[in-house]
Amino acid sequence: MFDSEDMFRAFKPHRGKAIVLVTGTSGRDWRDISDNESRDLSLQGAMGQTNSAALGFALAQPNEKVVLFDSEGSLQMNMGILGTIAGKKPKNFFHFLMDNECYATTGGQPVPNASEINYAGMAREAGYAATFQFDNLEEFQNNIETIMKAEGPVFVAMKMIPKIENEPIGRRVRKPQRSRAETIKVMQAELGITVA
Amino acid sequence: MVQQQAALLKPESLVAEFKKNGVTHIVTIPDSETNYLYELMKDQPWLDVIPSSREGETFAIALGLIVGGKVPVCVIQNTGMMESGDSIRGMAIDSGFPMVMLIGYRGWTRHGVITDSAARYTETFLHAMGINYYLLETDDDASRISVAFEEARAQKRPVAVLVGDEYHGFNRM
Repeated sequence: MFDSEDMFRAFKPHRGKAIVLVTGTSGRDWRDISDNESRDLSLQGAMGQTNSAALGFALAQPNEKVVLFDSEGSLQMNMGILGTIAGKKPKNFFHFLMDNECYATTGGQPVPNASEINYAGMAREAGYAATFQFDNLEEFQNNIETIMKAEGPVFVAMKMIPKIENEPIGRRVRKPQRSRAETIKVMQAELGITVA
Repeated sequence: MVQQQAALLKPESLVAEFKKNGVTHIVTIPDSETNYLYELMKDQPWLDVIPSSREGETFAIALGLIVGGKVPVCVIQNTGMMESGDSIRGMAIDSGFPMVMLIGYRGWTRHGVITDSAARYTETFLHAMGINYYLLETDDDASRISVAFEEARAQKRPVAVLVGDEYHGFNRM
């Protein structure tokens, strides 16, 4: 397992102008690392559906690289999306999975079959163009350039150290974050997109 | 009998409505009632059909498409709409974008007793979610799709169109 902050730091130099979306507890680390906020997009809002929304955006903007940092809890709620993504074959879609084997935000309870399930294997058999899996930072660093040059849809499973939250929700301190609507508005202005 | 045949709901009429309203993508799970429509949609070069695995996906995929500047319609059955409750809440209603959904009204009939619970709860579900809807029964009702688009765009909300009849196939008449 490796740390999501370290993973994001290793990814950052290879981002280019990609649109980046995140989910889950680990995804929060990206906010402090990204230096191109106008291309950070939030499409969260329903259980397990950020991956679906990211696919929709990738299909709408085929000339933009779209990078999703999904979580395994989210993916388990919407596993069929692997087939949907593979079926549409978006060449610009990069699906990273941050797998900490638990629901970190609810106290660290394990997800079903947490340590044995093979997400990269599932994505490969679903029909993704390329799949990778990493359980340490060094291998991830050595391969991220190749990953970002690959033709999508690409799936990258990564074992992440869980950052478990045990405080009652009312006592948790949250960093301020931009709303979904704000990220959409800024990103659309950046890309010159108008809603039809 | 001739008049009744003329009024049958044709998939061509729905596809014409999609084109008129600038629809670019159909996000769908086919069902038995909409098969003829599915076949016709796939033949349109200006329309991209996105088959999804579960109905909850359709509203989220549609949101991504809308954010990216496209015009999708979700085409699913009422059973799948009910399965999609959280997705409709978070990805359609809360998003503040116009979104039109075409819902197959399985089990509905204007005549006699409705015995299928899928039909009995369809409008109740839409009322609970605060989503307005229009009913298509015959070909003369197809223009209600344009009404749904106008309303969705004016209010930046999802609007449903319930299809209360099987499509009578363009290639099966």
